[in-house]
Amino acid sequence: MTTTVNLDQIAREVNQRLARPTWRVMVCDGTGCVASGSRLVHRRFLDLTEGLDGLAEVQLAAGDLCRPLVSRTGCHGLCQMGPLVVIPGDGDGREEIFYCRVTADDVPEIVETTFKAGRPVERLLYRDPSTGTAYRSSRVIPFYANQTRLALADCGHAEPEDIEEYVARGGYASLRRAVTELKPEQVCEELTASGLRGRGGAGFPTGRKWLATLRATGSPKYLVCNGDEGDPGAFMDRSLMEGDPHRVLEGAIIAAYASGAAYGYFYIRTEYQLALARMRKAIADARRLGIVGPNLFGSSYAFDCEVVEGAGAFVCGEETALLASIEGERGMPRPKPPFPAESGLFGLPTVVNNVETLATVRWIIEHGAAAFRRYGTPRSPGTKTFALTGKIRNTGLIEVPLGTTLRQIVFEIGGGVPDGRKFKAAQIGGPSGGCLGVEHLDMPLDYETLGQVGAMVGSGGIVILDDSTCIVEVARFFMQFTQHESCGKCVLCREGTRQMLWILQDIVEGRAVPGDIELLEQTARAVKVASLCGLGKSAPNPVLSTLAMFRSEYLAHVERLYCPAGVCSALKTFAIDPDLCKGCTLCLQKCPVGAIQGEKRAPHRIDVALCTKCGVCATVCRFKAIAAR
Amino acid sequence: MGCACIDARSTRTRQFLKVNEILQRFDRDPRRLIAILQAVQDEYRYLPQPVLNYLATSLGIPRARVYGVATFYAHFSLEPKGKYIIRICDGTACHVNNSQALLDLVRDKLGIHEQKPTSEDMLFTLERVSCIGACGLAPVAVVDDRVYGQLGVQKLGEVLEQMVRAEKGVGT
Repeated sequence: MTTTVNLDQIAREVNQRLARPTWRVMVCDGTGCVASGSRLVHRRFLDLTEGLDGLAEVQLAAGDLCRPLVSRTGCHGLCQMGPLVVIPGDGDGREEIFYCRVTADDVPEIVETTFKAGRPVERLLYRDPSTGTAYRSSRVIPFYANQTRLALADCGHAEPEDIEEYVARGGYASLRRAVTELKPEQVCEELTASGLRGRGGAGFPTGRKWLATLRATGSPKYLVCNGDEGDPGAFMDRSLMEGDPHRVLEGAIIAAYASGAAYGYFYIRTEYQLALARMRKAIADARRLGIVGPNLFGSSYAFDCEVVEGAGAFVCGEETALLASIEGERGMPRPKPPFPAESGLFGLPTVVNNVETLATVRWIIEHGAAAFRRYGTPRSPGTKTFALTGKIRNTGLIEVPLGTTLRQIVFEIGGGVPDGRKFKAAQIGGPSGGCLGVEHLDMPLDYETLGQVGAMVGSGGIVILDDSTCIVEVARFFMQFTQHESCGKCVLCREGTRQMLWILQDIVEGRAVPGDIELLEQTARAVKVASLCGLGKSAPNPVLSTLAMFRSEYLAHVERLYCPAGVCSALKTFAIDPDLCKGCTLCLQKCPVGAIQGEKRAPHRIDVALCTKCGVCATVCRFKAIAAR
Repeated sequence: MGCACIDARSTRTRQFLKVNEILQRFDRDPRRLIAILQAVQDEYRYLPQPVLNYLATSLGIPRARVYGVATFYAHFSLEPKGKYIIRICDGTACHVNNSQALLDLVRDKLGIHEQKPTSEDMLFTLERVSCIGACGLAPVAVVDDRVYGQLGVQKLGEVLEQMVRAEKGVGT
């Protein structure tokens, strides 16, 4: 590149192209919608809109650039209702149309009704699961209406693989301003003033981290983008990298400039193949335009970067372990200090930021620190994305100001718990986080308040549990996860998590003895104190927080060999209700151990001594006569 | 040295040709060990012991380090894997939506278990993975790189049967 890229010219050209056609179709191409078949829908749209009036320009525009008209976009967040198809408004009175669960067979109807007759296809509109009301656009759907999307602003509204469209939506202008008008110190100051805290879990102020790296001695300095999102139940970073990779890249280059780094690594877990591909393409496209490379925007600043694929180790989400992994070593954490800002990758000053943190940077440079502080709480400013999953009506990716209450998230955005069940708890922050119960529904979610109750924002996974979920079993599940992922460096983490897992297994399988709960608590505290990294320090959180809140449920398992949620199969007793049993003999035939006796057309009985509690009888019974207690 | 023998014999030279290509691609840089192992695994579908030894010699690093890295990361396998890989997600959202039933089904159907994740005919390998990030569609499975969401036991059974049938059709 000899000449500097002209962002304004690209933006003008793209906007001209986009202004011509009447209609635009955006088919979600996030992992969720692809799994539900969105690629077929997209294909069908391309076929059926060929030569169509209003979309005719599809054929006229040159090469790559015609794609924005029938586009594939990043994740819209409402994955469960996918494949999603959005037909944006024309900015001239016509409102956006938001279609859910679109199949390839629905495409002809959309073309006929919407493009030709100008009406929405009613049956494909989003309907509120509880009231049945239909909503036309995402602006009014409660799931979206109660969100504030800063990092996710363009996720789902633009073609993620098209750098030109990103530029047309104001992209890379913040980077240009940073490298041409601001000194690195000034960028750090702006970030410090915004109060942005690391979105990966620990919540360290981003501006201070950059400044520390900038002031550290050693050269070259490195920037590392932590995309090793391993928490089960979290997919915010995946969605950002898939849905708006250039926003992540722009944030990363600004971060690198501000902290004096000239080279960057994007460490992305191998399970995220689509995110890996999109980030690689984003970097290649940016390099083509001279946005990655020497003399950015005519300045003396040079930056280059590459994508590093993880190899499947949860502990690599911990920054020092991640650095070890980039160096080609086993991903084991190193003691801090020295912090990566002083001695990181290859012993040189390194700034490590999470994907979401970097995706927020552009907004802050664009709108200023003061505007950012208008969202969130004084000590936790801004917005945070959460992955809302589990037993909830609307699962998906959301972004809300920090300080939003759990009640707003669960009931206003999430639409409450389905199937007439009751909200029991929200597990927040994955295997490092804790459980919040009914009493925490009105607690504002931010770094401080969550820390006080033994939970953490973590990376932002929220899994809703209803009253059919056994809390002890969930604690066992997380313990199994952390035990398996413990790298083995610290004795207390390696052996302590194993002991804790064994105790929890004893509890759910009915072998626990009095005193086990106390032992579990003691071990948990020891692991928390004596582990080196965040994985070990936070591994006991799910156990400690559920013990604090649902101790009676643990006691029921230990003392009465009873699982209140009816989940733990070893503690179940199966019985046949003689009033409902029709004597069809089906359960008798299916029982693998011959524990069921009875004559045809007479109520059957289960021999408790023989029963192995496999539950086959309850599944096959057509009269719902068999239940576990 | 230790990089000879086992079952390689006639194919050995060819095998190491590929490895040499991979090494070349990564400039024989020990810092790229993980990427090199990934490339090797893409080639062989697992990490054969002789290749690991060969890598250590070529990169000039102890065999223990290569072996240490290869066993540390879940993505690497020292055992041959089946032709198709079935990944069942057991992340939190999938777990509370009964991913266990899917695991049981596959184990049952293919006659495999936790210690022996690959079926006798080397067609399928079952992996329990923690979260593939499609929690909105829990429970989720990835069969042969295709993601299946909101997956019931019945649907997964059908997918499996279809694959077995297709495979047998090819065989005859």
